[in-house]
Amino acid sequence: MKVRAQIGKVLNLDKCIGCHTCSVTCKNVWTTREGVEYAWFNNVETKPGTGYPTDWENQKRWNGGWVRSASGRLQPKQGAKWRILANIFANPSMPEIDDYYEPFDFDYDHLKSAPDMTAFPTARPRSKITGERMEKIEKGPNWEEILGGEFAKRSADYNFDKVQKDIYGEYENTFMMYLPRLCEHCLNPTCSASCPSGAIYKREEDGIVLIDQEKCRGWRMCISGCPYKKVYYNWDTGKSEKCTFCYPRIESGQPTVCSETCVGRIRYLGVILYDADKIEAAASAERETDLYGAQLDVFLDPNDPEVIAAARRDGVPEDWIEAAKISPVWKMAMDWKVAFPLHPEYRTLPMVWYIPPLSPIQNAAQAGQIAMSDQMPDVRSLRIPVKYLANMLTAGDEEPIVSALERMSAMRLYMRALTVDGVRDEGIAARVGMSGRMIEDMYKIMAIADYEDRFAIPTAHREQNEAGADIRGGCGFTDGNGCSDGESGKTSLFGGKKKSFALPLESF
Amino acid sequence: MFESFDINFVIFGVMPYVALTVFLVGSIARYERDPFTWKSSSSQLFRRKQLIWGSILFHVGILTVFFGHLVGLFTPVWVLDVLGVPYGLKQWMAVLIGGPAGLAALIGGTMLIHRRLTDPRIRATSTTLDILIMILIWLQLAIGLLTITQSLQHMDGAEMIRFMEWSQSVVTWNINAWVTVVDVHWLFKLHIFLGLIITMLFPFTRLVHIWSGFAAPFRYLVARSGYQIVRSRRRRPLEERRRAFDRRQGVDGPKAHTPAE
Repeated sequence: MKVRAQIGKVLNLDKCIGCHTCSVTCKNVWTTREGVEYAWFNNVETKPGTGYPTDWENQKRWNGGWVRSASGRLQPKQGAKWRILANIFANPSMPEIDDYYEPFDFDYDHLKSAPDMTAFPTARPRSKITGERMEKIEKGPNWEEILGGEFAKRSADYNFDKVQKDIYGEYENTFMMYLPRLCEHCLNPTCSASCPSGAIYKREEDGIVLIDQEKCRGWRMCISGCPYKKVYYNWDTGKSEKCTFCYPRIESGQPTVCSETCVGRIRYLGVILYDADKIEAAASAERETDLYGAQLDVFLDPNDPEVIAAARRDGVPEDWIEAAKISPVWKMAMDWKVAFPLHPEYRTLPMVWYIPPLSPIQNAAQAGQIAMSDQMPDVRSLRIPVKYLANMLTAGDEEPIVSALERMSAMRLYMRALTVDGVRDEGIAARVGMSGRMIEDMYKIMAIADYEDRFAIPTAHREQNEAGADIRGGCGFTDGNGCSDGESGKTSLFGGKKKSFALPLESF
Repeated sequence: MFESFDINFVIFGVMPYVALTVFLVGSIARYERDPFTWKSSSSQLFRRKQLIWGSILFHVGILTVFFGHLVGLFTPVWVLDVLGVPYGLKQWMAVLIGGPAGLAALIGGTMLIHRRLTDPRIRATSTTLDILIMILIWLQLAIGLLTITQSLQHMDGAEMIRFMEWSQSVVTWNINAWVTVVDVHWLFKLHIFLGLIITMLFPFTRLVHIWSGFAAPFRYLVARSGYQIVRSRRRRPLEERRRAFDRRQGVDGPKAHTPAE
């Protein structure tokens, strides 16, 4: 057993209102720079839809993630190491800017500087790459917002696999949900596996996956390697960039910007202890539907004395072990089994999980045509097809999704009985394999979602790894070579005394 | 004082040393001082079309030509003699391998230049040096291919042996190296001169990615055993920390904590 800790994340899609506050605050903090105008470390997609970049879930096209060979060995879907090296001159699986969108801005200034005209002045779009006028905006990061566009195009959505999708194109049967996406900070990331320079790494202490900007050479293999298409090429710096999980905030115990600003309070952050020795076997599970269960097996119970002892031995700080015990992520993924990994079939063992959304009961049910057992709707008759959610979250296995949706509707029923009738109906809880106490805890965390309950983030223990006196007067956070002092290695090329100087900076 | 001044001496006697010095010191300085700028500067994001073919033709061609020059010029002449390789055969090999490879690189390079200059997105995001270096390399390829017309007139390899002697004299600090190439055809001279110019520009352009390209297979295939990379800020490796922990558990009394723990 090799115990490591990661700050995991859960997004409760049941409560996402699609306001894009997460995307906008993330953008303002991280990607308003030249070269990454088109990049959204966090974006929100309306599903069903083909997403951003278009059709990202279709790995037949983009070759992201891993494949398991007949002998049970894993290799990136875009090829083993030699194959990746052979593609170094031109990456056949990399999306183009038009698969995202051409970034643009509007001539706002024209609105106030326009001369006296017969027509009302307008702010027309201009490309952020060429600076040229754009006559027509063809695409944006959220082009299918609220089911925008015709169903024929949206229904190319990969999650419609094995779903009789034609009826969902009809107005009466249509459904939609939001899917906020960010880097999954996987246990088995294909981006880092695909990097010939070895620039992408996972941090042992908190599991955050980062790109070393000084080691990145712009070979672009990570972009095609990542099945979530969450690594972006910065055309200005020639380096790849990705979501940093706001590590400067996480290290100081604060939630990521997207989580902090989430209006619907759908985002949860907490420690998950995992066994690093089990990662490879879990990611190599034979059947795709086994991957969800295999990943659950990688996680370690923070209340197990054996795990605690092993965690201490492997250097997991005491407050991290304590945080793992109260982790909302652990509760939702392990105790209640209501959260699931996004596309486990990519075999990356993602660490940003999702609670599937309940949806209105179809009209037919209200008309009494669909069985309601004890006022609990058959979750298979909800508007969003269970198969669709299962294709997204459990590689097509419907049972775990059904169970989660049942628990979530049982929670509503139980709390209605409690608040309206004043009755603690253990029967409802028992029907979904829970207790009243568990449901009340679930209600507190998932429905009320207080700040303290959503985020249980222990601070990083930098004091263990660096001496504060050394970094006093350092240059603080920077990207790239912002405060180079010319001393990147052990020796100084241009002479001068080499100081022992540990900059508190890390590239992303 | 300047009566015996010969431009050939400057270009073929002095310039190689200047070029190699700039090349090496510049590369090291950039790698050391400013690793953030060390990159391949790919423009594939903007346009895939024309890059796939252009880039592969260009790179495979120019790498073949590069290694051809490296091996061809720096193999000591006595090695050829020992192996019994006739100079004429070597000349033929150079023409037959280098010719098609150079042509492939030129075609690929033409596609890349065309793409860089005509695609508005790539044009807008190209630096002056990006364009300059591409044009210089294109010219170098074209001149290199034109020299074949000269080579074909003396397929005995004698001319080639002179270039081998010149390159090897240069790297063995022979101050009179330049004399060997004084009276070769001007196309050859131009080719060498431009080659030295490109060598000098190397550290200041995107060409530095060549270093990384050569390093990549070693980094990726040899130096890295698995696929994944995990970095730790802790100063001691896991096994060492575990041993220290176990020792502490066995020891009674106040636990000793060092900053590294």
